[in-house]
Amino acid sequence: MSAPATHFKEDARRVSADLRHRGIIQTAMGKYEVVRDQRQRSFQDWQGARQLAAATKWQAVNHLDKHLEQFAQQIESRGTKVHWASTAAQARDIILGILREKNAKVVVKSKAMTSEEIHLNDAMEQAGYEVVESDLGEFIVQLREEPPYHLVFPAMHLTRGEIKDVFERKLHDAPSDEPEVLTMVARRVLRQKYLQADVGITGANFAIAETGMVSITENEGNARLTAALPRTMITLVGIEKVLPRLEDLALFLPMLAVMGTGQPITCYNTMYGGPRQPGEADGPEEYHVVLLDNQRTTLLADAEQRDALHCIRCGACLNVCPIFRNVGGYTYGTVYGGPIGSVITPHLRGLQDWKHLSYASSLCGACTETCPVKIDLHHHLLQNRRNASRSKPIWWQKIAFKLFAPVANSPALWSLTTKLGRIGQVFHGLIKGGVLDPAEAWTKTRELPPVAKQSFREWWKERK
Amino acid sequence: MTERENIFNRIHEALTVKAQAHGETSLPTTADHRRVLPPVGATVDEQFALFARNAVELRAIFKLVKDSNQLTAELRALRDAENWKRVAAHKGQLVSALAGSLGLPLLLTDGGYDKQELEQCDVGISECDALVAQTATVVVTSRTTGGRALSVLPPHHVVIARREQLVPDLSAAFALIKSKHGANYPSMISFITGPSRTGDIERILVLGAHGPKKLTIFCV
Repeated sequence: MSAPATHFKEDARRVSADLRHRGIIQTAMGKYEVVRDQRQRSFQDWQGARQLAAATKWQAVNHLDKHLEQFAQQIESRGTKVHWASTAAQARDIILGILREKNAKVVVKSKAMTSEEIHLNDAMEQAGYEVVESDLGEFIVQLREEPPYHLVFPAMHLTRGEIKDVFERKLHDAPSDEPEVLTMVARRVLRQKYLQADVGITGANFAIAETGMVSITENEGNARLTAALPRTMITLVGIEKVLPRLEDLALFLPMLAVMGTGQPITCYNTMYGGPRQPGEADGPEEYHVVLLDNQRTTLLADAEQRDALHCIRCGACLNVCPIFRNVGGYTYGTVYGGPIGSVITPHLRGLQDWKHLSYASSLCGACTETCPVKIDLHHHLLQNRRNASRSKPIWWQKIAFKLFAPVANSPALWSLTTKLGRIGQVFHGLIKGGVLDPAEAWTKTRELPPVAKQSFREWWKERK
Repeated sequence: MTERENIFNRIHEALTVKAQAHGETSLPTTADHRRVLPPVGATVDEQFALFARNAVELRAIFKLVKDSNQLTAELRALRDAENWKRVAAHKGQLVSALAGSLGLPLLLTDGGYDKQELEQCDVGISECDALVAQTATVVVTSRTTGGRALSVLPPHHVVIARREQLVPDLSAAFALIKSKHGANYPSMISFITGPSRTGDIERILVLGAHGPKKLTIFCV
């Protein structure tokens, strides 16, 4: 078993038995489900909206070359410097290069999963920069030296008490555990950081090809400030985030909000198309956009699973996934958790090391059903299982199927085997679920139904 | 070869195999969007009513005012109630005279300003490019409404809009932006929907996470 698989198994066992964790997640998800359903019902045709969103993303991704070209050309024409990074290391080097050139000291960041993906914070901190996450949830997990727990709710696994504790420890300021009070502490601390910061780094939710803009969705205003106050602004964005036209946002902004947080639209949706332009009051002198591949083209090359690049990172598939709700966000050991993470991680980080995630699913299909851009998530998990065993077959499975095939192909052998099975099951009872049981992994927590006393063929013959 | 070329080569190579599409794949039209999104009402009155309802839900304050006299009175009442000491605004037909009439130190952001000074202001007063009924959204830009920070740095954002700036939905707002600016877009276009908020601690709503705790929209 690969190291990530062992880690996954251990953590899954521990976390799924943690009743406190379960309580926190159930409460948060319960609240989410109520508002999400209410917002979906306010649409005239939610299923129709999913179809339109899927079609738009299909166009965007299946003509990615055209849209990227147009995006880069448009945004460069207004004075933005566009950088291209094939790998995580290249993206880190580009950003560190900008920080060096600008002689930066303090870097303020708004939420960006791509920056988690390339481990940007570690690289910047090791190079001696002070890095401050400004999204409240990200700020909290940064203080706790943890990665974000969830794509949209980074600190959803924490109680107010735990947040108060870390504020006391790291900020020496936590008058009470009221969310309002704690939020105001963070606001005060981060305001000062904004005023000091030399460089602001953001992610992006969409890159509009037609007009050459990145679109950033948020609620707190932290991305707005990140893009307003520092003299240099950097946006790190995956190449798959393109949308063909500005008006596509009329569909995607509400859908992202409904699925992400259950809001009709989030508080701030902002399009940035360049640095401060002549005649404008403020804004960065320099704007850099770093376009990141980092194996996205590998996923693009898999025509069967290409639609996984449609993902808008709303987190809806995590929220409905019975596995995610039991094992939690950290068990996956990946930047992107839940069903979408289980689908794309083997493409991004190696199929054999991460194939166990394809089995972190009950195949119930709740993810596929909820996905606003209609990614065929649970079928992709099956395809990853198939691809993994095709590229590296497991010896005992090969033998088992070699033995099974002739049995299943011969009525006489099949009949004999079921008869033997009845006897075998009696003896199996002696070792069931123990270390001697070859099927221990299965039988330890599950019952095997008894083999029927009479087979269908026997029953049929008798009636005739 | 540059990384740009490497990436494009991989994309071209990948796209030689066609992906199977499930259902329709042509780009939707605005009419398609309007067919599925929440309804906004046919008349301007219905749309104002929708804006007002949405604003209540968002905990924003929305007031239709008769004329500039009433507007001045409303602003003075806010000034006194919240004990404003410094005001930030930008030059504009609707706001210039109004902000000046408050009798308080006034910071105009046009042409640059000291960010520490803006941070000290109790209120930022701006115009807007549009009001969107569908979501009770205010559209601001870096060129027409005083820059990027005026609408997020002070704890209270007051928007002064004209009645004819109301558009029914987001599609109409994007169409308006395109027709107003042509290809010469402002470097920032922001859709503001309610005061700044967070639910990051136990999913409990708190207003004023980083941006304004209060958003007041006056429509003349």
